[in-house]
Amino acid sequence: MNLQNLTQDKTYASVLIALASVTLLIPLCNLIFPEDSALHFSAYSVSLIGKYLTFALLGLSLDMVWGYAGILVLGQGAFFALGGYAMGMYLMRQIGTRGVYGNAELPDFMVFLNWTELPWYWNGFENFGFAMLMVFLAPGLLAFVFGWLAFRSRVTGVYLSIITQALTYALLLAFFRNEMGFGGNNGLTDFKDILGFNIQSEAVRSILLLMTGLSLIGALLLCRWIVNSKLGRVVTAVRDQESRVRFLGYRVELFKLWVFVFAAMLAGLAGALYVPQVGIINPSEFSPLNSLEIVIWVAVGGRGTLYGAIIGAVLVNYAKTVLTGLMPDAWLFCLGGAFILVTLLMPDGIVGLLRRRSKPKPTLNATGGQPA
Amino acid sequence: MMISAATTTEGGASLPLDGEVDARHGPILYMEDVSVSFDGFRALNHLSLYIDDGELRCLIGPNGAGKTTLMDVITGKTKPDSGSVFFGQTIDLLELDEPAIAQAGICRKFQKPSVFDALTVFENLELALKTDKRTWPTLFHKLNSEQRDRIHDVLQTIALPAQQRQLAGALSHGQKQWLEIGMLLMQDPKVMLVDEPIAGMTHQEVERTAELLLSLQGRHSIVVVEHDMEFVRSIARKVTVLHEGSVLTEGTMDEVQNDTRVIQVYLGG
Ligand SMILES: Nc1ncnc2c1ncn2[C@@H]1O[C@H](COP(=O)(O)OP(=O)(O)O)[C@@H](O)[C@H]1O
Ligand SMILES: [Mg+2]
Repeated sequence: MNLQNLTQDKTYASVLIALASVTLLIPLCNLIFPEDSALHFSAYSVSLIGKYLTFALLGLSLDMVWGYAGILVLGQGAFFALGGYAMGMYLMRQIGTRGVYGNAELPDFMVFLNWTELPWYWNGFENFGFAMLMVFLAPGLLAFVFGWLAFRSRVTGVYLSIITQALTYALLLAFFRNEMGFGGNNGLTDFKDILGFNIQSEAVRSILLLMTGLSLIGALLLCRWIVNSKLGRVVTAVRDQESRVRFLGYRVELFKLWVFVFAAMLAGLAGALYVPQVGIINPSEFSPLNSLEIVIWVAVGGRGTLYGAIIGAVLVNYAKTVLTGLMPDAWLFCLGGAFILVTLLMPDGIVGLLRRRSKPKPTLNATGGQPA
Repeated sequence: MMISAATTTEGGASLPLDGEVDARHGPILYMEDVSVSFDGFRALNHLSLYIDDGELRCLIGPNGAGKTTLMDVITGKTKPDSGSVFFGQTIDLLELDEPAIAQAGICRKFQKPSVFDALTVFENLELALKTDKRTWPTLFHKLNSEQRDRIHDVLQTIALPAQQRQLAGALSHGQKQWLEIGMLLMQDPKVMLVDEPIAGMTHQEVERTAELLLSLQGRHSIVVVEHDMEFVRSIARKVTVLHEGSVLTEGTMDEVQNDTRVIQVYLGG
């Protein structure tokens, strides 16, 4: 194994250990220590950390498609939002008669619009299993159709980036409309239960954090396995020399589509974990700016490393929490500034800095020997 | 030198991937009356060319004669304005796209060495390996011992066993050329199209390349584009001269070199 792999593996292992600790220790602490103890985390901080981890999962999904397949998707937030809406629809159905209007079938916003029956596409969402299926299927299907059309007509580069941005913008406008049946402007909120348990309770918050952490760890392991598979190498080859790969007999568009759909489903899962922890999903999640932010997380962390996306997502969002608290108006400028700085000074992001420090001179030399 | 046809052609797993190429009745590759224009400029002009099964053919001609464009047409990169291109008697190449043509058994080495810099030498060869190229099988693909041996055979043949774990981007120009030839061997194609293989090679490497190409003829049909006349003389049975998008003449190296039109094209232009 060469030096570069070794340092990469060390960082990767540290990130995994850090994730596992956060995921397991926080819920454990809350279980063991009484509420007034210093080691007891408030419901607010548990949800906040949980939210960071869903963003980490979202960043990870973008790194698969951007860092490895080289497709700069500026609409990854759309898949996140779709997963979030699927989960939100389940949570709305759980409210039952406890809404303001007390209608067992219809969510409040539908009653308010004088609708008398549930639109057909809301059927099934009272079932948790079905809703979870939709968490993957809805973003996956959209990515499949969109990717099939785009990749088959060989739309690449900036053009592709722009149409993904247009896609999320179109969805933003659509979901704003009351007639769409997703709560319009206000989105879906006022959730009560998840699987029959009070969604506000500390125990449920802890379990949601646990689920998010486990999903993130699982996703990281899966992504790493994919990246190290032969498909991962084909995808890297496509990123660097797309047309050359065709002459080796690979259908480039199908490989791109595969990664694109996979990443969309991962983003959908992130959205589904996000919604119960923040308690709301509304069309602003489709805003083009959100998708740009995801790109910045990955760029700041270091693209094409998987764990870089996780580090970047957590750090940038932590900074966002702190900064918006201090100077709410300055956040966008800070974000833009960070992006310019990273692009100019640290093209490999934070991970690149770490790697450079642990290894003085980057060399491509490697020792011989049988590849494992 | 350790080059033999056996190491490069018989060691590999034979996989039932080839389409039915019917070359019983003569040529394996037909190009008839093919024309290609770019913005009104005729890069290929009513060109006809026939390559026999197992033949090693050299293609020469001044810069801009259309040699690379010809390979682009055969491999599906460029669709001609008119004419027909057949692989064997039955496979119409104009109906297939690049991956389909590659899977049918026509593979090429590019004029500008095109290897994957971010992958190791070994991984470059692994990607070229003739095997199921669909997404899911590729995801779960594990090299079996036969395939591993095959990669090591090719590494020997292209003299890069010591560099197998090195990133391809770190190779010298000549080594990249060899790696790309190695990728060609991994695909075990019926037809090899080799565009300017010896650019950037040392004298010794050139000799090895000539030996390698000679050892491959018979089992593979090979079309080599080259400028270096000495090199062409060392490998060619039959030479085709291209000029302004069509065939100027065909024959042995001696015949071609004594042809007054060829002399004019090369010297007087
Ligand atoms: N994609 C293209 N667009 C425009 N002109 C091209 C293109 N490809 C090749 N040509 C032109 O066609 C002619 C033949 O090119 P090429 O086949 O590369 O020649 P050769 O390989 O024999 O040197 C050249 O004049 C070249 O400029
Ligand atoms: Mg050329």
